[in-house]
Amino acid sequence: MPDGRPLLRVEHLRKVYASGRGEVEAIGDISFTMDPGELLCVVGPSGCGKTTLLKCLAGLLRPTSGLVEMEGSPVTGPSPAMAVVFQEYGRSLYPWLTVRGNVELPLRHKKLSRAERGRLVDDALDAVGLLQSARSHPWQLSGGMQQRVAIARAVAYQPDVLIMDEPFAAVDAQTRADLEDLVRELHLTRGISTVFVTHDIDESVYLGQRVLVLSNSPTRVQEDLAIDLPPERDQLTTRALPRFTELRTRVYEQIQRAKRGPVPSSVDARPVRPGPQARDRTDGH
Amino acid sequence: MTAVGTGRARPRDLGVQVAENVLFAVGLPVLAVGLWAVWSTRSTNRFLVGPRTLLDAFRQTWIGPAFADDVLPSVYRLLIGLFTSILLGVAAGVVIGRFRPLREILEPLLEFFRAIPPPVLIPVAMLLLGITDTMKVVVIVSGAIWPILLNTIEGVRATDSVMLETAYSFRISRWDRLWRLILPAASPRIMTGVRQALSVALILMVISEMFASSAGLGYRIAYFQRNYLIAEMWSGILLLGLIGVVLAVVFGVVERRVLRWYHGMKEVTRA
Ligand SMILES: Nc1ncnc2c1ncn2[C@@H]1O[C@H](COP(=O)(O)OP(=O)(O)OP(=O)(O)O)[C@@H](O)[C@H]1O
Ligand SMILES: [Mg+2]
Repeated sequence: MPDGRPLLRVEHLRKVYASGRGEVEAIGDISFTMDPGELLCVVGPSGCGKTTLLKCLAGLLRPTSGLVEMEGSPVTGPSPAMAVVFQEYGRSLYPWLTVRGNVELPLRHKKLSRAERGRLVDDALDAVGLLQSARSHPWQLSGGMQQRVAIARAVAYQPDVLIMDEPFAAVDAQTRADLEDLVRELHLTRGISTVFVTHDIDESVYLGQRVLVLSNSPTRVQEDLAIDLPPERDQLTTRALPRFTELRTRVYEQIQRAKRGPVPSSVDARPVRPGPQARDRTDGH
Repeated sequence: MTAVGTGRARPRDLGVQVAENVLFAVGLPVLAVGLWAVWSTRSTNRFLVGPRTLLDAFRQTWIGPAFADDVLPSVYRLLIGLFTSILLGVAAGVVIGRFRPLREILEPLLEFFRAIPPPVLIPVAMLLLGITDTMKVVVIVSGAIWPILLNTIEGVRATDSVMLETAYSFRISRWDRLWRLILPAASPRIMTGVRQALSVALILMVISEMFASSAGLGYRIAYFQRNYLIAEMWSGILLLGLIGVVLAVVFGVVERRVLRWYHGMKEVTRA
């Protein structure tokens, strides 16, 4: 999109879950735009509605009000231009299919020749370094490898936007660093626009070109921060840069502020709802 | 990033294990038959027979025209009944399991129908369908379908929400969603239902023939009993047992194939 039109536009997004025990306002009012080719990180405290936001972006949830626009047209359902990597890799891969079968499944309804489909699968598996595990089943792989399969499945789908929900929350530190570099590499070499949700501040600064800090619920955008680190990053030198430290401190402060409640400038000071019964519905941790 | 192995037992342990299993599988029956033989030479009860007499009766009764006249039709009806139960049970189970309102309306009704002992349907089925093959198959299905139906409903209902969301987000077609998500996800439960259905179907096959038939395994056994052909009667019971064992073995082979991923996954998570 050379005309400078945003790829993704979110305007006054609000989402209220109506459950049996009353209403839960997961997202208060979120607006932002995203340019084509961008790698945008979204950070926010636990339970602030990050997963809800992603599901609204991906067309899996209908917003209560507000607008999500993809390439100029409103998102009303799952779009072929988006691929999602879910927080729970163990529950998003199908254990009865092989690695190859999992990556290939979403391509079956695309009008591709068998050879072309096979090429896309091979290419995606190669990109995540799992070509030799193609015939294994997901449960025969480690957690990090399973998440690579989920990433390969999303990449093979050839989306315009890759949406990732805390994909590395459940893997060990070393694997996590490898996977972060994989995401950056995919973004650099393939130019896939990426929305990456995390609750890890370092991760958001290391990965992103831009970091969106969300407040506690009712969720707003607390801060929209450009990450002016060089595009060539690596785990050791980038994380040692003074600028990196400054940026992460900045994000950290904002998160702390976010945790204390809604942005002070907002007029209607809604009480911070503890929502104990709602908490147990969150996935993951 | 190492692949987790499938934790098989080491070869030496495996050898010992196999030997042990064979010993138990063969040793105990041999012992039982031996005791039975000794006991039968002393017993004077004419309604109980020894293994020798039984084997002779078995050979004379079932190896010959009776096989085609009585055994094959019975087995044929049993298999038709079983396959019909699986087809109908799984199809209805998927539909009911996928639609919550339907499930809530039908659940009490299903519980009621399941609670009716199927043999009491035989007189009804006789009135409606006459003494036909169809009637016997209907009786078999009326009993064997329930474990399959209820297990399928439960399995389909319990399909993981994240797996479903994955399917929606990648716009996986309805057809693929059925064959590559919902049915495989429910397959462990479906298999449990089919296993339960096997024994129910065998029972109903025999009972339906005892009531109303002029041929078939159940009819033969009842006929021998009425005519005091005691050894022949016992041989029929032996044949029934053998059919049951063959069914269970065939089912076991199919199940291991279909649920290979499931057993593999369980083995890994246990390790
Ligand atoms: N289906 C639902 N029904 C009702 N409430 C829900 C539902 N899903 C999420 N919520 C509530 O909405 C809020 C936001 O949840 P969400 O999962 O989006 O948060 P999150 O930022 O992704 O959390 P985490 O960091 O734990 O992943 C939480 O209070 C949660 O309990
Ligand atoms: Mg979440």
